Amino acid sequence: MVELSLPRNSKVKQGKTHKAPAGAKNIRKYQVYRWSPDDGQNPSIDTYEVDMDTCGPMVLDGLIKIKNDMDPTLTFRRSCREGVCGSCAMNIDGTNTLACTKDMGDIKGDVKVYPLPHMDVVKDLVPDLSKAYAQYASVEPWLKTDTPAPDKERLQSPEERAKLDGLWECILCFCCTTSCPSYWWNSDRYLGPAVLLQAYRWIADSRDEKTGDRLDNLEDPFRLYRCHTIMNCTNTCPKSLNPAKAIAETKKLMLERR
Amino acid sequence: MVLSIAHRITGIALSVGALVLAYWLSAASYGPDSFATAQSLLASPFGLLLLLGWTFAFFFHLCNGIRHLAWDTGWGFDIPKMYATGWTVIVASVVLTALTWAIALA
Repeated sequence: MVELSLPRNSKVKQGKTHKAPAGAKNIRKYQVYRWSPDDGQNPSIDTYEVDMDTCGPMVLDGLIKIKNDMDPTLTFRRSCREGVCGSCAMNIDGTNTLACTKDMGDIKGDVKVYPLPHMDVVKDLVPDLSKAYAQYASVEPWLKTDTPAPDKERLQSPEERAKLDGLWECILCFCCTTSCPSYWWNSDRYLGPAVLLQAYRWIADSRDEKTGDRLDNLEDPFRLYRCHTIMNCTNTCPKSLNPAKAIAETKKLMLERR
Repeated sequence: MVLSIAHRITGIALSVGALVLAYWLSAASYGPDSFATAQSLLASPFGLLLLLGWTFAFFFHLCNGIRHLAWDTGWGFDIPKMYATGWTVIVASVVLTALTWAIALA
């Protein structure tokens, strides 16, 4: 539901400042959201002065440097550090993106890092994505067929395969879903752009034989139709995909099959 | 995102504006005295300001509605196109509002 003000225990306080080592000349300030489930304290913004002469260029490099050299309690997810795993999705400089592909040089002023918006926080920059994953599972994201499996692969023409471009690249980082106001207000019933793009990835697949069932599953005032073409999803996608377009194509199919 | 929320706000403004229109019409049906009161209310500086806002809300909602129709056909989802159509909607609604008032006050 819509909540316009933060509950008392969610108000963000000013946190600690971690100074750069003496003699550091090239300093970049990080302002990082901190919250721990263990100490009963409100969230806070901690400031870290990162010595850029000994740090890589991406926001994730800075976070790893903070964790290694300044404050091992800082908690965040990361894995591939090259934009294919989707683990380090967070809100950087006011926009949801991947910390590993976000160049610090593109940010003016301090580097402000928050967890993905409007999700429960597990700790610091780690959001609870279990609901979003359950929604993903609900669209049954695998090839479904009635015909018996052929001896070799199920074949596709190059044109049929091309329809999956712009869909298969999604890494499920949920930058789009957590940027969507419709999802903020209705995440209990609206599937959100990431899951809807994934749903369309199987609807658009010429080898899948359950298109009708898939559309039936989405034919719902909330699951699909809470998309109001706000376009935050497409604007924020770190892989430059277009969830809004995938949702529009799904809505078109709904009309065409009537 | 800004235009999306503006579309909603102008939609609400239009609903309220429809009530004002209903008041104006029913005032006319009650007779010359009540109609004169309604006219003077709407012609007051505040009333004119509301009418100006309503005109803009009308044209903005209309133009952005056409943008939504284009989206429903699957057109206009590239980010450059999205910004281009967005600015077109803003400029078109300002121009149409100005034109309407220029004609009305002429």
